[in-house]
Amino acid sequence: MSEFKWARKDLLGLRDLSKQEIELILDTAKSFQEVSDRSVKKVPALRGKTVTNLFFEPSTRTRVSFELAEKRLSADTIHIASSTSSMVKGETLKDSLRNIEALKVNIVVMRHPSSGAPHRMAPHFQASIINAGDGINEHPTQALLDMFTVREKKGKIDGMKVTFIGDILHSRVARSNIWGLTKMGAQVTVCGPKTLLPPSIEKLGVRATTDLREAVKDADVINLLRIQLERQKESYFPSIREYVTAYQINQEVLKLAKPDVVIMHPGPVNRGIEITSEVLDGPFSVILDQVTNGLAVRMAVLYLLAGTSQREEKVAE
Amino acid sequence: MVPRVFSRGFFFDPMMTTPSKQVLDSEGMEKALARIAHEIVERNQQIESVILVGIRTRGVYLSQRIQKCIQKIKNRELPLGILDITLYRDDLSEIGARASVRETKLPGDIKDKIVVLVDDVLFTGRTIRAALDAIHDFGRPKAIQLAVLIDRGHRELPIKADYVGKNIPTSLDEQVVVQMKEADPQDEVLVMKKSGIS
Repeated sequence: MSEFKWARKDLLGLRDLSKQEIELILDTAKSFQEVSDRSVKKVPALRGKTVTNLFFEPSTRTRVSFELAEKRLSADTIHIASSTSSMVKGETLKDSLRNIEALKVNIVVMRHPSSGAPHRMAPHFQASIINAGDGINEHPTQALLDMFTVREKKGKIDGMKVTFIGDILHSRVARSNIWGLTKMGAQVTVCGPKTLLPPSIEKLGVRATTDLREAVKDADVINLLRIQLERQKESYFPSIREYVTAYQINQEVLKLAKPDVVIMHPGPVNRGIEITSEVLDGPFSVILDQVTNGLAVRMAVLYLLAGTSQREEKVAE
Repeated sequence: MVPRVFSRGFFFDPMMTTPSKQVLDSEGMEKALARIAHEIVERNQQIESVILVGIRTRGVYLSQRIQKCIQKIKNRELPLGILDITLYRDDLSEIGARASVRETKLPGDIKDKIVVLVDDVLFTGRTIRAALDAIHDFGRPKAIQLAVLIDRGHRELPIKADYVGKNIPTSLDEQVVVQMKEADPQDEVLVMKKSGIS
């Protein structure tokens, strides 16, 4: 392990992180994996620290994963969901955070529907801010756990062919993964209907295609993105049935990939739409490993940030 | 005398030290570990329930060497474990993320086992306190014993070693450095004065 030390107050996205910082998080996560196998699944590392989960968007798996990670590190946690918070009474985000900070909270885990919301807030607060998803911008901990899973299954990230299929346009998971994976030396391909591929996505150093077969060919890793059915009313493609015909991952298409390909999905899965049940429950799927690894990765991030959150940060104005 | 520069120890600053004194050489270390091995065997009649657990980093190498010694005596390979106590340190909030966490690996269930903790230097006792807490999170061993290569005194907690390689009385402005072939140029234990420490 490198002797490199973590110095950031916040984790806002993988766009700003160096390769070294990503490696440190992944290495630290490796050490935390074992905690969840103990008979007492808890370490006192964050004892006395307070973490607030501030979710302005519905979330189950990310929230549960963060909550459990906080608990296994012995932190005290508060959960605030926008539907039950003063946001509905018209309080601004900055005021909400000022109130949280007045309670001497150390770390705020924040999910917000607006891209860039945590980036705007972070410089104004001493508490560390972890971005748990901002609009269509980034979802760094998801990308980190995806990368952790790639490294675990493949032994390395460098040189791996990783393909993302589905709604790239609205996917913060894909964006964070692209930033992280390209820094780590992976070859990234994104694939989906033209309407769901952001224009000029190639500028991020990835290959874009609308042809599923081309995208899957020789892939080491296939990362499926959920078709966001709630967005389907905006008609990005003619029908679900047509999407299934053109982009569903099934046994047949999978034969084009490397024989040891792994299938990932950030969840929740639409069975029978982006992936068949057969493949989902088959030997190539590592979707549940992702969930397990997510816990270790989030513990690592919380641990690293807890070490820097106490420092006096200059308040930018 | 030429000051020696070492690449280890997180509070160790070669610029602040004066020349060192060797208190244990390679042969001495070997003998001390052999004696510890004999004592472990003698004290634990049920040697089959003993697990050796080394505290990172030099405790791990020491536990491996003790394991080899015991194998020579009893023709039995004792299970080895590795303990990283970083997450249990009582100064974690002060040193924070500067302490890098590494993996803890215990060989199977420790329930009803006799755990022999192995560390290089016993000083304040705080590391051992953290290690005891860590061990208990893995289960309830029958007993925990402590083996150290060097006991330098100055305890700040009520902790005592069961097996000691060598007692070395020191003053607080001195530093004990254990060097082992696995990570350093050679086997030796040095005592050196620190100057200008706060």
